[in-house]
Amino acid sequence: MAAVTSLGETPIAAPAGRPRGMQASRRRRLNLFRYVVFTVFGLFFLLPLLAMARFSLEGANLGTWSVTAWRQIASYQNTGIPPLLSSIEITLELAVITCAVMLVLLVPTMVWVRLRVQWLARTIEFICLLPLTIPAIVLVVGLGEIYNKIRHFSLSALMLFWVYVILALPYAYRALAAGLSAIDVTTLSEAARSLGASWFTVMVRVIAPNMRAAILNALLLTAALVLGEFTIAYLLLYTNLQVELYSISRSTPNAGVLFSTSLAALLFAFVLLMILSFAGRRRGRG
Amino acid sequence: MAVAATTKTGARLSRAGRRPPTPAWVGTVPFFAYVGVFLLWPTGIVIVDALKNPNGAWTFSNISELGNPLVRGYFIGSFKLALLSSVAGAVFGAILAYAVAAGDPDGTVRRLYIAVSGVLAQFGGVTLAFAFLVLIGPVGLLFHASWYFEFPWGIGLIYAYFQIPLMVLVFLPAIDGLKVQWREASENLGASAWQYWRHVGGPLLMPAFLGATLLLFANALSAFATIQAWENQIAYVVPQQISTALSSEVGLTNVNVADLLALGMVIMVAVVMTGYALLQRRAARWLR
Repeated sequence: MAAVTSLGETPIAAPAGRPRGMQASRRRRLNLFRYVVFTVFGLFFLLPLLAMARFSLEGANLGTWSVTAWRQIASYQNTGIPPLLSSIEITLELAVITCAVMLVLLVPTMVWVRLRVQWLARTIEFICLLPLTIPAIVLVVGLGEIYNKIRHFSLSALMLFWVYVILALPYAYRALAAGLSAIDVTTLSEAARSLGASWFTVMVRVIAPNMRAAILNALLLTAALVLGEFTIAYLLLYTNLQVELYSISRSTPNAGVLFSTSLAALLFAFVLLMILSFAGRRRGRG
Repeated sequence: MAVAATTKTGARLSRAGRRPPTPAWVGTVPFFAYVGVFLLWPTGIVIVDALKNPNGAWTFSNISELGNPLVRGYFIGSFKLALLSSVAGAVFGAILAYAVAAGDPDGTVRRLYIAVSGVLAQFGGVTLAFAFLVLIGPVGLLFHASWYFEFPWGIGLIYAYFQIPLMVLVFLPAIDGLKVQWREASENLGASAWQYWRHVGGPLLMPAFLGATLLLFANALSAFATIQAWENQIAYVVPQQISTALSSEVGLTNVNVADLLALGMVIMVAVVMTGYALLQRRAARWLR
């Protein structure tokens, strides 16, 4: 459970509003308090990242600067571990596959339940939120047997997507549920059906475009989760990006490529979630 | 409701005479099959195997192994770390959330902090341990903290890095729910700032605060990647010991150690999350 709430579902609606009748002295004291707090916490959050950035730009001799570590991302290979680039590829592919499967599994089910099987709604919600109470480290213990069977068919690390969809369920469910409750699914689908649309057309051309922001939220949260996943891949003996970084750190603790790749992955996730925050804002206003 | 009923009859009529109508719940079968195989089945395996010995015979004596000093040690370690990081994360996160909430509700600072919190709350992987290692570890740029590898202080500080942002995300709506009118009313009645917080603001926020703390507690309990990358030599917490037990069955005899530890964890997290849900419901009363 990386995080239970994510910014996609934070209510961005305006709070009670800026206290207007506040006395000037109290306002000044409050502002001072805010600046101190922002500075202290800003430093706490920024310094580790800066230290990582500095280490990723360390030259051959201590105290010199060089971009070697950033170039190495494409070529780095340590003995006994698959090349770094291949694990980056696998992780990105996993993110795409997981997102696709999550959408295909969850959106039609949730729409269908809303339209025709209301009595299952609570059950579906309970199951979707269940992975929050069953952490990845617990799930992986029971998954061993199942993955032994999967390995009969394929040894590829891409098979991790099966369980990544489960890990993404709570986040994707809440993002999609917020989007679904904002539109009138019944009227939309009845209108489309009475005009002769098939259920497939209803899903793809009527419902999905009307909840674009919610689908985007679900996709980005799922992608961010897959990019940072370590526990399950590591214990099922697959190599994704995080496992690769871990292995490199065990054999060469000070490898500059460690810090450049970590930082690059973080920046990538940052961009993804920034997109999310702005997409969410637009939806909140419109 | 009435509209839904019309749809149902309509669909039935159009198909009448060709074949008996398929019940609507059939549409949810793919979903249930998927979660059945990859969520419910593995959980079932954990619970069943925890109650069996390695030969496959049922036994309840495994449960008593949870009282084994060795096993208890890991649970105590997990508890210590979760308590330290959740209480510290909750207190500092609440302060930060208050500072954010006091500003312009539509301002850049608030938007930036919410967006950044969303990213950092997810940032709990192995990379976080690298970042702190080069900041305050043995080769640290800022200083060399002698307590960096001490449990739970060093790892507790690292956990705060994702616990504080999570607290901001969870607690901000509660602070936003405090109405200006309440403060004005208490000021008109002559209350000091301290009296306001002691008798009005504090009690109103308390359920939300405790609930959020429990959420952070569960979050710390189940975290594994960061602590694994922080110190590989010694297992301090349950997830690490599960990892060790999965790769080698050393230590306890006649017990499916990993399953037993996993079951213990599920119970712990379930208790905490139930508390969270109850407190959240209590808190929601004032947040309309």
